[in-house]
Amino acid sequence: MTSLPAGFDANLSINLALLVMLVVLVTAIAWTRSLLAAILLLGVYSLIVAAWFVVMDAPDVAFTEAAVGAGVSTLILLGAILLTRGETERSTWRSSILPAVVAVSTGAQLVYAALDLTSFGNPVSPANAYVGRIYLEVAPEETGAPNVVTAVLASLRGFDTMGETIVIFAAGIGVALMLGFGEHALSEVSAPPPGTDGEHHVVLRVAAKLLIPLIALYAFYVQFHGDLGPGGGFQAGVILAVAVILHALVFGLRETMGAIRPGLVRRIAALGVLVYAGTGIVSIANGGDFLDYDRLFARAIEAQIPEWLLGPGEHHWGQHFGIFLVELGVLLTVFATMVTIFFGFAGRSVGASAGRGTR
Amino acid sequence: MADVLPVAGGGIAIAGAMLVLIGALGMLRFPDVYTRIHAAGITDTGGASLMLLGLGLISGLSAVTLKLAVIWIFILLTSPVAGNAVANAAFSSGHAPWIGGFRIMRESGRKS
Repeated sequence: MTSLPAGFDANLSINLALLVMLVVLVTAIAWTRSLLAAILLLGVYSLIVAAWFVVMDAPDVAFTEAAVGAGVSTLILLGAILLTRGETERSTWRSSILPAVVAVSTGAQLVYAALDLTSFGNPVSPANAYVGRIYLEVAPEETGAPNVVTAVLASLRGFDTMGETIVIFAAGIGVALMLGFGEHALSEVSAPPPGTDGEHHVVLRVAAKLLIPLIALYAFYVQFHGDLGPGGGFQAGVILAVAVILHALVFGLRETMGAIRPGLVRRIAALGVLVYAGTGIVSIANGGDFLDYDRLFARAIEAQIPEWLLGPGEHHWGQHFGIFLVELGVLLTVFATMVTIFFGFAGRSVGASAGRGTR
Repeated sequence: MADVLPVAGGGIAIAGAMLVLIGALGMLRFPDVYTRIHAAGITDTGGASLMLLGLGLISGLSAVTLKLAVIWIFILLTSPVAGNAVANAAFSSGHAPWIGGFRIMRESGRKS
């Protein structure tokens, strides 16, 4: 079956090919003057990094990188360059000395730090030897979640993940503070004149109508499948946000904001954090620690569930329910924050082009 | 028989990779937006379809085949639409096609 030449390492050659592509892409991004081209190349960069993560057996991270890096951040940056001129300024060599020094010294420090990294998959490195190994050992018995990434992310290190969720929420608030919620795109003044709203894109509209429900359905598959395989609240929230952003790109921001009001979206973002933190509070109220899912149900309630419904053995009923609630909170916050950020950028540019001076 | 399917699948996947290579060359060598979209379309639909078909033959009949079929349907739905949208946008922003000096569409394109 195998007739490969001796010493041929398939993984190594794939790694090398992907790394060469990354170097070429980074050079092109630094070289190009067009911001549009730079954004699209950044999307390609993320996709190649995602492919690389798959090669390194990290499908959850790859999934996140593909959904966030290649998907939603490309879309948000596209919304952002509508506010700019779309080109970088031509600079003299004098003005580029300081940025060059900063960039080169940062790069040199990173390379210096990378030299101290342990080799990939080294079992005695600190990351793999102590707490990481303990997590791998206890995760199946303590949480009952087949995907160990979800078990670590949502249960064993649930407090960290709550911090991440709050960081995303804070990012949404930050963008909204700077750019607003884009709500003046809804006002009558900035209504586009009829006939200019991309009405000739008939094929695009029909395909988008077909695809948007499927994308939303896929997001829920990713959400509920996160226990079993790669996926979870972060990826699902981003994919769901992409469905909404696609609707806005094809049918216009006003249509989308009419269906999903910006006021509703920002309440959903806060609700997600509330669901996450509330799960922790409930487990305290039932006598456990913060986010201790085993205490999520009071023992009395758990005892009410009949034996024939569950079958014999350990069930981790509280763990399953807790992970479900926490991932739901992550989904709500990530989805609503991404949509809020997009609304902020895109609504700003609608107002800038159609309703200048009306704010 | 059991050995034929993986070999055929590999051959079909390589044919798909060739189509992608041809599409990339076309992107570099063709003269204007519309012919380049044509080249990119070969990459997206023809090349990706053949590769997925080849992968399906290699993997045999399993849940993976179903996922490949779903990916294939998704590609068939999205990439022709993307090509159409790019061409549509190029035309309505006034890009004239380059067909051997035949520039009849410039006037109707510039109108918008």
